[in-house]
Amino acid sequence: MPNQALYDMKIVDFTRYIAGPACTKLLADYGAEVIKIERPGTGDGTRSMGPFYHDEPHPEKSGLFLYLNTNKRGITLNLKSKMGKEIVRELIRKADVVVENFKPGVMESLGLGYDELEKLNPNLVMTSISNFGQTGPYRDFKISEMMAFGMGGPMYTKGLPEREPVKYGLTVTIYHSGIVAALATMVGFYGARYQGTGQHIDLSILEAEAGTVDGRSNALVTYQYNGELPTRGAVVGAQYPQGTFPCSDGYFRITAGGPRFPNVVNMMGNPPELKDPKWYTAKAPNDPALKEEFMELFLGFTMQHTKMELFEMGGKSGNLCAPVLTLDEVFRDPSFNERGFFTEVDHPMTGKLKYPGRPFIMGDSPWQLRRPAPLLGQHNGEVYSELGYSKDDLIRLRETGVI
Amino acid sequence: MANLPLAGVRVIDMTVVLAGPYCAMMLADMGAEVILVESTQHFPPQTRGINARPTRDMLRNRGGGYPDGDPGKRPWNRWAHFNVMGRNKHSMTVDITRPEGMEIFKRLVSVSDVLVENYAADVMDKLGVTYEMLKRQKPDIIFAKLSGWGDTSKYRNFRAMAQSIDVMLGHSFLRGYPDMDQTEVTTSVAEDPALGVQAAFAIVAALHHRNRTGKGQVLDLCLAEGFMPYMPQAFMDYSMNGRLQGTLGNRDPVAAPCGVYRCLGDDKWVSIMVNGDEEWKGFCRAVAEDWTKDERFGNPLSRQRHQDELDKLVGIWTSRHEGYEVMYLLQKQGVAAGPLLDEAAVYADPQLNARGFWVEESQEDSGTHLYPGFMWKMSKTPPVVRRGPVRMGEDNEYVYRKVLGIGDAEYEKLVETGHIGIDYAPHIK
Repeated sequence: MPNQALYDMKIVDFTRYIAGPACTKLLADYGAEVIKIERPGTGDGTRSMGPFYHDEPHPEKSGLFLYLNTNKRGITLNLKSKMGKEIVRELIRKADVVVENFKPGVMESLGLGYDELEKLNPNLVMTSISNFGQTGPYRDFKISEMMAFGMGGPMYTKGLPEREPVKYGLTVTIYHSGIVAALATMVGFYGARYQGTGQHIDLSILEAEAGTVDGRSNALVTYQYNGELPTRGAVVGAQYPQGTFPCSDGYFRITAGGPRFPNVVNMMGNPPELKDPKWYTAKAPNDPALKEEFMELFLGFTMQHTKMELFEMGGKSGNLCAPVLTLDEVFRDPSFNERGFFTEVDHPMTGKLKYPGRPFIMGDSPWQLRRPAPLLGQHNGEVYSELGYSKDDLIRLRETGVI
Repeated sequence: MANLPLAGVRVIDMTVVLAGPYCAMMLADMGAEVILVESTQHFPPQTRGINARPTRDMLRNRGGGYPDGDPGKRPWNRWAHFNVMGRNKHSMTVDITRPEGMEIFKRLVSVSDVLVENYAADVMDKLGVTYEMLKRQKPDIIFAKLSGWGDTSKYRNFRAMAQSIDVMLGHSFLRGYPDMDQTEVTTSVAEDPALGVQAAFAIVAALHHRNRTGKGQVLDLCLAEGFMPYMPQAFMDYSMNGRLQGTLGNRDPVAAPCGVYRCLGDDKWVSIMVNGDEEWKGFCRAVAEDWTKDERFGNPLSRQRHQDELDKLVGIWTSRHEGYEVMYLLQKQGVAAGPLLDEAAVYADPQLNARGFWVEESQEDSGTHLYPGFMWKMSKTPPVVRRGPVRMGEDNEYVYRKVLGIGDAEYEKLVETGHIGIDYAPHIK
């Protein structure tokens, strides 16, 4: 679609697993034409990772693969064969961008290192995503979500002081590094297009996390400024109410109190018990006895309401709050659905399914679902005929194990 | 030297707290001229400090994020939380709540490419800063609006921060200890950086679209929708199988052992993840103890089933080694392992130092320190620190005189009326 922002960006995509495919997915979802190259036979390793459709392990039924590879065309190619190398060079000659996340050194050993590709296509942007970068003592090390979050991020401070540190959900840090790589690639493409500077981008998952700005980076600079180190555990102020509390149908989170105490009183319908001036003295926000008295009233109130009722009342009264939703509730949530966050994807092996959809709205160049994730080698015929190979050639390529 | 990729792009930065300033810093790092618009008459929440002029007493014997724990003469230029996102930006001051200030702002819009903002929704509403208004100044302007639930959400006027949004996305059920309920799950603010990066991405994509079509646009991004895509395993499992995943703590559905284990030292930890038989063999070679031959640990399924026993034994082994020692021993055998690093330790990490990750930044009011550097390397246009964390109003001369072409008389008048300055007005405590 010509009205998508990146419709004129052509990407040759060698990525596998999570970070690389997350990167090229974001680009593809906003219009880039992505050709995903997979190893003949087995394909992207994510094809063997769960969850699977109806819990049936199958290379075309991995939910993770299906999600990460929307809007990409897929071909198979043996990069070690002479013919495979020739084909890939033809693709790269016509491309704007190459993204790869092999182990450092693999692209060079295939004759596809940046120095080679630059000769082929001087304006090319090549993004290499790796665990720790293309250089340095950890270059060949493996990584996990816990390592990325534990070495580059704030994991040390997450959890309770007397227990082991605990990570965030699933693989959110690794996924984030893919989104950072998409930004790096986007910026690289812009520089190539408008400043005439093709180049190699070396993105390390560790550095993407260490350079990410969250509470951690604040703590890093604070340490430089005055030597202070944060401790593990919740930072709970004396002010009330703060935290996650039970309600009639689950849990509700609120951060209130202090100067905004009247907002929470308002939310509770201005009960007579809270009219007493004792609640509004300068010392009241830090008084543990008052806190205990208040929390009894507050829990009595929350237990009479659902989380969505509390959210509506709390939000309208100017409180920072939210309902604690389970995933089925997220899928049904009217506000996310009214905004059109979710999308329905029809895939030959699973039928129609609801996926998380566009991460943000571009008013004039929208996110679009143009095609589901490719079956292994699904677009061989299409892509190879675009390169000028005939049907007979395709048969020969298949017979010789090139595709 | 080649131009930085975004050279020639001017961005008006009206952002506060975290996601917005982070987005603006990345654009600045990549070569855009980012002009942070501030006001000496207003102190936005949690951006240049909790308070404009805190006393040492207010910091409750802690450093409060200030160099040497001292707020100094101009605390707003010395706050870590601001300064970590302050490099490579320009700053001007103008009070756009007054008509003459709004005129200045409109003139700036007319010579800019992008406006990025993440104030509470009613702030821009009340000021009349809408896409229609901006388009009248600059027909192809790109207007990036960052919020909690989105500009068209029914919750658009509710107060929003990552720590509250996080529980609304299902994330709080996917993290934390498996034996604890929701009231004990600590906060996550992962939504902020997710939004910041995607906003920068959307802005550069929109610049490309504008260059090609001549059209600007509104970019409507929010904390909630930016982060839900980070959890595809759980969303797809529900969509495909109706399953509600719960937290596994540090464990994994397949790999075992997989966790964080105590090491030699006080509160020191190392993470280890062993996936499949090849890695298990490597793990056994590194550990070289008899218990690794136990038949309960003989295959991946059995290791999953006996994780409690396995974790205890792994923990005994790690407790005799330092975190880095465990990392080198296991990585040599092809197993993912690495120490959990606190702020002091990560500055000393060999890999980050070998690659020159930390960068030195200097600024008159806060001094010279090391800061987290750039998230990626570029072979021909390496990002560099062109200027340290920006001081409020530091670039008034440049913006008013050079960018807007304002003469001496008008400049002086704007100084007298409190638009141009480098200090917050006395009424701001």
